[in-house]
Amino acid sequence: MRFGVVRFPGTCDDVDALDACAKVGDAEILWHGDRELRGVDAVVIPGGFSYGDYLRVGAIARFSPVMESVMAFARDGGPVLGICNGFQVLCEAGLLPGALLPNVGLRFICRQVGVVVERTDTAFTSACEPGQVLSIPVKHTTGRYFAPDPAALEAAGQVVLRYAHDGNPNGSTNDIAGVCNERRNVVGLMPHPEHAVDELLGSADGLTLFESAARVPVV
Amino acid sequence: MSPSSSTVPGLQSALELGLTEQEYGLVCDKLGREPNEVELAMFSLLWSEHCSYKHSRKLLRTLPTEGEHVVMGPGENAGAVDVGDGLAVAFKVESHNHPSAVEPFQGAATGVGGILRDIFAIGARPIAVLDSLRFGEPSSARSRYLLDHAVSGIAHYGNSVGVATVGGEVYHEAPYEQNCLVNAMALGLARRERMIRSAAAGVGNVVVLFGSSTGRDGIGGASVLASAELGVNDDKRPTVQVGDPFAGKKALECSLELLERGLLVSLQDLGAAGLTSSSAEMASKGGVGLDLDVSRVPLREADMEPFEIMVSESQERMLCVCEPERVDEVLAVCAKWEVHGTAIGVVTDTRHLRVLDGDRVVGDVPVVALVDECPLYDLEPARPERPLYAPPAATLDPAADARATLLALLGSPNVASRLPLFQQYDWIVQSRTVRRPGEADAAVLRLPAGNAIAVAIDGSGRRVAADPYTGTVEAVLECAANLACVGAEPLGLTNCLNFGNPEKPHIAWQLAESIRGLGDACRALGVPVVGGNVSLYNEGAKGPIYPTPVVGIVGGLPDAARAGRLAFARAGDAIGLAGPFAPRLPASELAKLRGDALPHALAELDVSAARAAHEAVRDAVRAGALSSAHDVAEGGLAVALAESALAGGIGAVVSVDAGGDAWTRLFGEAPGSGFVVSGPRAALESLGAELLGEVGGDAVEIRAGDVALRATLAELREAHGSLAALFP
Amino acid sequence: MRARVLVRPKAGILDPQGIAVERALPALGFQGVQNVHVGRLIELDVEDPAQLDDMCRKLLVNPLIEDYEVVPDASRPALGPSQSDAPGADGTKG
Repeated sequence: MRFGVVRFPGTCDDVDALDACAKVGDAEILWHGDRELRGVDAVVIPGGFSYGDYLRVGAIARFSPVMESVMAFARDGGPVLGICNGFQVLCEAGLLPGALLPNVGLRFICRQVGVVVERTDTAFTSACEPGQVLSIPVKHTTGRYFAPDPAALEAAGQVVLRYAHDGNPNGSTNDIAGVCNERRNVVGLMPHPEHAVDELLGSADGLTLFESAARVPVV
Repeated sequence: MSPSSSTVPGLQSALELGLTEQEYGLVCDKLGREPNEVELAMFSLLWSEHCSYKHSRKLLRTLPTEGEHVVMGPGENAGAVDVGDGLAVAFKVESHNHPSAVEPFQGAATGVGGILRDIFAIGARPIAVLDSLRFGEPSSARSRYLLDHAVSGIAHYGNSVGVATVGGEVYHEAPYEQNCLVNAMALGLARRERMIRSAAAGVGNVVVLFGSSTGRDGIGGASVLASAELGVNDDKRPTVQVGDPFAGKKALECSLELLERGLLVSLQDLGAAGLTSSSAEMASKGGVGLDLDVSRVPLREADMEPFEIMVSESQERMLCVCEPERVDEVLAVCAKWEVHGTAIGVVTDTRHLRVLDGDRVVGDVPVVALVDECPLYDLEPARPERPLYAPPAATLDPAADARATLLALLGSPNVASRLPLFQQYDWIVQSRTVRRPGEADAAVLRLPAGNAIAVAIDGSGRRVAADPYTGTVEAVLECAANLACVGAEPLGLTNCLNFGNPEKPHIAWQLAESIRGLGDACRALGVPVVGGNVSLYNEGAKGPIYPTPVVGIVGGLPDAARAGRLAFARAGDAIGLAGPFAPRLPASELAKLRGDALPHALAELDVSAARAAHEAVRDAVRAGALSSAHDVAEGGLAVALAESALAGGIGAVVSVDAGGDAWTRLFGEAPGSGFVVSGPRAALESLGAELLGEVGGDAVEIRAGDVALRATLAELREAHGSLAALFP
Repeated sequence: MRARVLVRPKAGILDPQGIAVERALPALGFQGVQNVHVGRLIELDVEDPAQLDDMCRKLLVNPLIEDYEVVPDASRPALGPSQSDAPGADGTKG
């Protein structure tokens, strides 16, 4: 299983994502300026502050040459995971529904949260148990998920992860922490599973998201 | 050769720029003529206190700088120590006090940006930031504003560049009301063979500038603000530097890639005094000359004068030297990272720094005159005859019992939980953080081989004001004790000395005594000083700040998995007190809450006994023998017990032998000398700890002679959470 | 010609920045302030103002969460050479 981790100017968690992917497969960096996806089997768009969050979070990164290929890859059913800033980029690119807004508290918040797995029929949660609670850090200023029709999203089963036990750090609608597209191959989440792959650093619960991707049959 | 620019600003301009009449005379002697506008600007900055350390350099030379782990000592952009496996950790602390008082968000942000550049300028990838902050009491709206915005600024920059903020300290004392302190420390990791120095070398080599474009930011900043007291001439406040962490991140990645590809001869960051100081220092270290053409510098504002280009403090800029054959490759890497790489000059053998505007020479100065021959001054220290500082305002009812006293201490701004600050910082990026803020007394960052480094930052103001020599020794001991609690052995120390106006004899005395204490403490602990910073003139109409030496120590531990924690872990664990802990109330937090005046001196310390205790605790932690280790600091033993209980979510029942005064035993302080430890009884006995009691229950109960207190964890937690109100 | 694009949070979406400002003003003594919203201003020189709506939809605005208003002003002259035209701005020597 080969993972491609996208790097934009301003990306911060690319090496962390690379190391997490490398625990379950092979992983390499995809530079934003290259259109080539180099035949990877899954794409990860990591966290950070691509283009300084200028204009709107993810708004400029979404137009990078690499994103044209990522969008085609996603339309063909390729697994794509967007983490934090990556989630923001995928929403701006229209690969995921909704948008991310400033936290209600208006401050950056970094803390460990419990996240409930609502759906295990996506490319990145197939190795999880339904209702499983994962302990994963969040760290963001713009993480409040907004959907124009949350009820429709819930009915369609596109809410993949939800903050547990009054743990919503940003005021997102329905405590939504992560969503998927209709086809269920593209997943975006605000928490950082790549920072939860080692007990030594606090939790290894995030590993299951990468293990799920490694299970996806390679074409 | 005399430059073609014929403007001679003269003595009056020199005085306005901060030079003394004698200094101006010296400049004229060295040039053989009066300096023109460009040259005067350069001298006024490089001979300013901030750049030249002219009032402190002689004293700083007395500090110990050698050690078996030292890879880079003072004099480079940052110091560095060897951590095994071909790796080195670079680190340094710097102040950004005066800009933060003017604009706290940008002041703190650019302080972080600047210290990060010092780290990657020597080829190390920045991996962590810590901050030491001091403001007036939170009862002052201005101090609340400064705290809130400084924390936001640090978060904004550190989070955006992807460097974890893993520790720090915040203190509130009235003497910092007019002059806040913002000290930023950074650490970086480097392969030793990839590290680079700043000395320009190789006649004919090309000087390349990259990073953000140059504007009028902060012109006059270094010389004006950091060399005079604020308040007298407020209209001298120059433009505030505005930081762009995105540009900082790009400059960082570009620099590291240039070094990874072996393309550079030397690298230097542009900080205070911009192009002037970085080019002069590069030339000075290399014993060479530099010709710089300001017309080639990418500008963000039209019509900038050559002197403005030379002194601009626009952020996120780097200067490098490369061989002519590598210039195209260097510019290609710069283009990849979108950082305006531009060849602006060349290395010469003239030993002059020549500033050109196209083919017109507009400034020509011997490098040694600018850098090495700045006059250094002897201080004229004199012990103050009267107390310099008013007693703190009393905030605690004199009739308060022990329980109320403990709750008041836990809720006081200098003791309360710092979680509301730390939750605004990304403490996990780069996936090295083994011990997060609040989990242990020092931050712990893992290294690839399974070992780890630990880092803590500590300073003291009030105690140093009482006794500059002993107070400074205590600060070093406390920082080393923090490292012992996680199982780390100190490898090197960096310091930031924040003081008032050194031309005043009583401030000179504070500075001299503090540096003497710093040196003695470092020698006694065997820890070399690998770099640091001095910030002087921190005073205004209402008087000077407390003398505030801030120290950061980096240590090593062999097994990241065995890093210590400060939280009680399980019911039934024994609790003990280790170390030559001889507490005193004068100058303690309790004394402050009671409104007591500062004592005339602090109790003498047994430094070698403290060192032995540090080593014993460290070894016990490394062996995995203890459940927790926490040094006793502000608020004394009772507060340390409460902190370990709160962190673990489990109570304690403890009885302290009240030899002497019970209140002293409970709340007295002796920084760096006492440790609250928990674990199996046998482990505590091997450590030589005095057994105090047991972990368990949902309350903290302490008895000392006929004084007793009991508070539930819920009550303690509520008091301890008081700082959340400062961050609405 | 110089144009301005005013971007504001879509009506109905919680605007905590607006709320924070609305709460801060009375504390400074200003009464009677309501319905505060905080948005963004983009100013640009354009040759063809007819393209502005397209620019907004494609890049400048996220229509899911933002509303916008284009304010062309033929009487305001373009500013001239752009900061992105400066030597070295595109990463090469000037």
